[in-house]
Amino acid sequence: MAGRTAALALTVFAAQLRDRPVRFLVAILAIAVGIALAAGVYLVNESALSEFARASRELAGEADLVARGPREGFREELFARLAAEPGVQVASPVLELDAALAGGGSLPVVGLDPLAAGAVQPALYGELAGQFVALLAPDAIALSAPAAAALGLSPGGTLLVRVGAGERRLRVVAVLPESAYGRRLGVMDIASAQWTLDALGRLTRIDLRLAPGTDPAAFAARLALPAGVALAPPRSTEARVANLTRAYRVNLDMLALVALLTGAFLVFASQTLGVLRRVPQFALLRALGVTRRALLGAVVLEGAAVGTAGGALGTLAGLALARAMLAALGGDLGAGYFEGAAVPVAAPPVVLAAFVLLGIATAVAGAWLPARRAARIAPALALKPGAAAAGEPGRRLAVLALGLALLGVAAAFGPPLAGLPVFGYAAIALLLFAAVALVPTVAGAALGVLRARRPVAALALAQLRGTLSESSVSLAAIVVSFSLMVAMATMVHSFRDSLEGWLNEVLPADLYFRVDPPGDTAFVTGETGAALARLPGIARLELRRTVAVALAPDQPLVAVIGRPLADAPLPVIARAAGPAPGLPPLWASEAMRDLYGYAPGEVVTLPLGGEARRFWVAAIWRDYAHAGGAVAIERATLEALLGERRYTDGSVWLGPGVAAAAVVAAARPLLGGGVAFLESTALKRRSLAAFDRAFAITYALEAFAVAIGLLGVALAFASQALARRAEFGMLRHLGLRRRDVLAMLAREGALLGTLGAGYGLLVGLGLSTVLVYVVNRQSFHWSLGFVVPAGSLALAAAALVAAAAVTALVAGRFATAPAVTRAVREDW
Amino acid sequence: MSRNRASRGFAGLPAAACSLALAGLLAGLLAGTPACGAADYPDVTPADRVQLPTDAGAHPAYHTEWWYVTGWLETAAHAPLGFQVTFFRTRPRPADGNPSAFAAEAVLIAHAALSDPGRGRLRHDQRIARAGFGVAAAATGRTDVRLRDWSLVEAGGGLEARIAAADFRLALSLVPTGPALLNGRGGYSQKGPAPTSASLYYSLPQLKVTGTVGRDGRSEAVTGRAWLDHEWSSAYLDAAAVGWDWVGLNLDDGGALMAFRIRDAAGGARYAGGTVRRADGSIEVLAPSEVEFRPGRRWRSPRTLTEYPVEWQLRAGGRVLALAPLLDDQESDSRATTGAIYWEGAVTASAGGARVGQGYLELTGYGARLELR
Repeated sequence: MAGRTAALALTVFAAQLRDRPVRFLVAILAIAVGIALAAGVYLVNESALSEFARASRELAGEADLVARGPREGFREELFARLAAEPGVQVASPVLELDAALAGGGSLPVVGLDPLAAGAVQPALYGELAGQFVALLAPDAIALSAPAAAALGLSPGGTLLVRVGAGERRLRVVAVLPESAYGRRLGVMDIASAQWTLDALGRLTRIDLRLAPGTDPAAFAARLALPAGVALAPPRSTEARVANLTRAYRVNLDMLALVALLTGAFLVFASQTLGVLRRVPQFALLRALGVTRRALLGAVVLEGAAVGTAGGALGTLAGLALARAMLAALGGDLGAGYFEGAAVPVAAPPVVLAAFVLLGIATAVAGAWLPARRAARIAPALALKPGAAAAGEPGRRLAVLALGLALLGVAAAFGPPLAGLPVFGYAAIALLLFAAVALVPTVAGAALGVLRARRPVAALALAQLRGTLSESSVSLAAIVVSFSLMVAMATMVHSFRDSLEGWLNEVLPADLYFRVDPPGDTAFVTGETGAALARLPGIARLELRRTVAVALAPDQPLVAVIGRPLADAPLPVIARAAGPAPGLPPLWASEAMRDLYGYAPGEVVTLPLGGEARRFWVAAIWRDYAHAGGAVAIERATLEALLGERRYTDGSVWLGPGVAAAAVVAAARPLLGGGVAFLESTALKRRSLAAFDRAFAITYALEAFAVAIGLLGVALAFASQALARRAEFGMLRHLGLRRRDVLAMLAREGALLGTLGAGYGLLVGLGLSTVLVYVVNRQSFHWSLGFVVPAGSLALAAAALVAAAAVTALVAGRFATAPAVTRAVREDW
Repeated sequence: MSRNRASRGFAGLPAAACSLALAGLLAGLLAGTPACGAADYPDVTPADRVQLPTDAGAHPAYHTEWWYVTGWLETAAHAPLGFQVTFFRTRPRPADGNPSAFAAEAVLIAHAALSDPGRGRLRHDQRIARAGFGVAAAATGRTDVRLRDWSLVEAGGGLEARIAAADFRLALSLVPTGPALLNGRGGYSQKGPAPTSASLYYSLPQLKVTGTVGRDGRSEAVTGRAWLDHEWSSAYLDAAAVGWDWVGLNLDDGGALMAFRIRDAAGGARYAGGTVRRADGSIEVLAPSEVEFRPGRRWRSPRTLTEYPVEWQLRAGGRVLALAPLLDDQESDSRATTGAIYWEGAVTASAGGARVGQGYLELTGYGARLELR
């Protein structure tokens, strides 16, 4: 049986391949593009994550537990305490800082005690060993190989680092081999790092090796640590990185899957058309004794063949795509999460094989319904000429569509699962399927309403009505790709529009400055700030200080912004009712509400200055800048709690008629070179450019979705036109000129395109509401306004209609070119 | 003496416990090129003398210093054991004014070994840490050196040594039975032809030992006799030396004998010396010509294929002593770490066939030249 099916499949397939190579090629390409995108995005994500896991292992080594605190770190006294704790074999103190480089950019610097770190990471410090005494010099730094390469430095070279408002000169005493650290970083002795980088008394991490037989969990549980410091296994750091980027990664994966889904649909469309056109052949085969199951198997195998070719091609292309994306955009595809990490592609054969299988599965799924249709052909009926176009009622499909749509709407109201908008994606899939299932009904209704006066138009309309089944398939291909494009464009546009509005709201001043390059070592001192405020031409000066604290070991750090809160230009979306309970007020970003349950009027604690401090949540504000969450508190409060006056950024309101350049020129001598000024317009422009860069990959995926959709349309028209050669011959016999036939085809195409664009637009807008209000909200923890990019959507719709008409025309030209009489004779 | 810091430093490194990293670090430390030149460390000069009890404590200004305890123990079942407990202090860099509490003003290294004839091999372990934060410290003015939970501390007129190694534990009380033995001229111990190639060096021989030894999950009471060396210096071992032989013996008549020779590339003595305290308490300082090490039976290490003379004939002043090891295999292979292979173990001394004492013997530079720089 299987052998016969295979033999039959081979015969049918070979015949198709011979007669319709283009159809197969297009279907293979469709699958390949979907697979390439899915594999590319997946490989990039996995490579980036495994690289981060490796980097974090390099840093934490074989530590059993890692004590971590806020980004600012904690007092070193904790080290003495932990080192003396029974059960601790070795405690390794670490100070991690992003050192601002005088030449621009920053370099992560790890200050450590090689003697203690050696017990935690023997492999790494083997490389450092010979340099131990040299590394003890206060200005000595060892660079990882990538850092040395990036900075163009070798042993003996010097590196200028910005510390405070000044500069320090560091001497490169060694370059660690590639095997030691795959990341860009510098290693200093802990004492040198504390002194030279102005962090005396501070540590950011303590790695612990426990004595054999000590249970890390029990050990961590019995220790009382300062507020904001947590003791956790090193893996939680990896979880923190993973959490930071997870929503972004999942979104990309989903977009790639959308492309794949479109590919699957294209296979469906192509196979359906193939089956419809071969109805007489299949009927003949059935009449000759081929069983239903054999026929079903043959068509499914045909799909599998397409899937194998497309899957293999797509996987290879995906691998190349991943390489190119990692090289061009970095491990986060331009989103800015993984700065400075050179990431090699990790592509285990199992994963590659899985993607080939995914291609096959997709194609088989796409071929399944057409195969069933082929198997159900009644031989006697189908053998009659003209039966090929027999339509199928859409009523059952309409009922199915209604059910799917209801489920989809219900899913849209589901909560996030494990922080991911799983139900949101389900809603999108269900609504999309519902829309597709409804296509015959919608097409039937729309075509029924339309009236045509001129004969050519009437013919086109009649043709579409008569071949509703085939038209529906073409239409569905258009609807799927166009609606997804509309949905994504609307979502991105809404996001961009909201961001633009938000930027206008949060950037009311004329001029902004911030420590540049940003890092942990450079800052503006309190005295400099005071001197700045006295400069002529400055009507008002606002200075801010941002620190980062850890509220959960596996969550990204939370930004604590010290700023004047009175009339702060923060877009508040909820305020606490009732009076303040005598605690300092705190404004929390939306993400704080989603991630930590902050609610207006509640009392919350933040670890600041090594102690848990109580605040009162006065308001919730919309923040697009910190996906991990941010809170704003009075600057004076933050200064008092940290016991220091330092600023990281600020805003300047200029006096009337004062030029920004004059103020910048006057401020320069006070601030030195380590501070960047930007006028608010430039800052807004830069922020939006960063947004566009982050969404560049989204745009690319969108373009692919549209390209696949148009491929589908072209394919549908081409195959229909070829199938209708007999009809064209008839029309020519009846006296229509070739021009008239082509005009009829163009009209058919335009009509179908208009129908698809209109319906796709409706469906797409529906999907985009799910993207904006559910998927984005749950992924990124910020709310967006819903804004339809009407202009670009209209343009895209027009382009689609034109493309459909042109494609139909081109396909028709091919079909009408050969001797018409021969075509008539062939089929009649 | 004349084990200068290098002799003890390298010889003391047990192999198994030593990670690659650690050893490299030690090599860097003990090779000890002072980054700012030797002038930043005080020299030992012929006029210097050891002043006790103050000099029992650390001398932070000098580059290197160690407290080195070796001795014989006996269990209740009269089974003999050899042990060694060493604390090194090194000052890797002259002070540069770094106010950080982590500033590496001192690095402490400790190692411990147990020679167990029943096992046929050494058990050993070692540690390293920078001083500070209660992790490691060497006090001044009194013997008090600690590295995490290992310590050698003055207590009740004697010393307490506590070692919790990976596969054995020592808790020993060491009580002096006589005054300190100042080696060389009042503690000034010359190590090479140049007068500044020297250390300040005293010994506490004939320490009465009581305590416990823990191994293989059980703890046993032990008694015995031990020897403490305390030595500090900033100078280097002579570049012409390839290794050295050293012995410290507690004589059965209550006397004590320390002798050393530094070997050159040809295997001859580049420098030698020693100190003898007779049973009546009188001191005899041995000149280079009065010390002769004559090798006897050799033992070849099955691991490193290095040959060591494990039996010796030692001429020290008017005495001629035969030295025989407690067990042949008291070798520490630290090629993977410091690059040094050496032999350090318990020996018995006899004269004319009769046992006259027990002590420790150290043999370095036999596998390959000991690279100090």
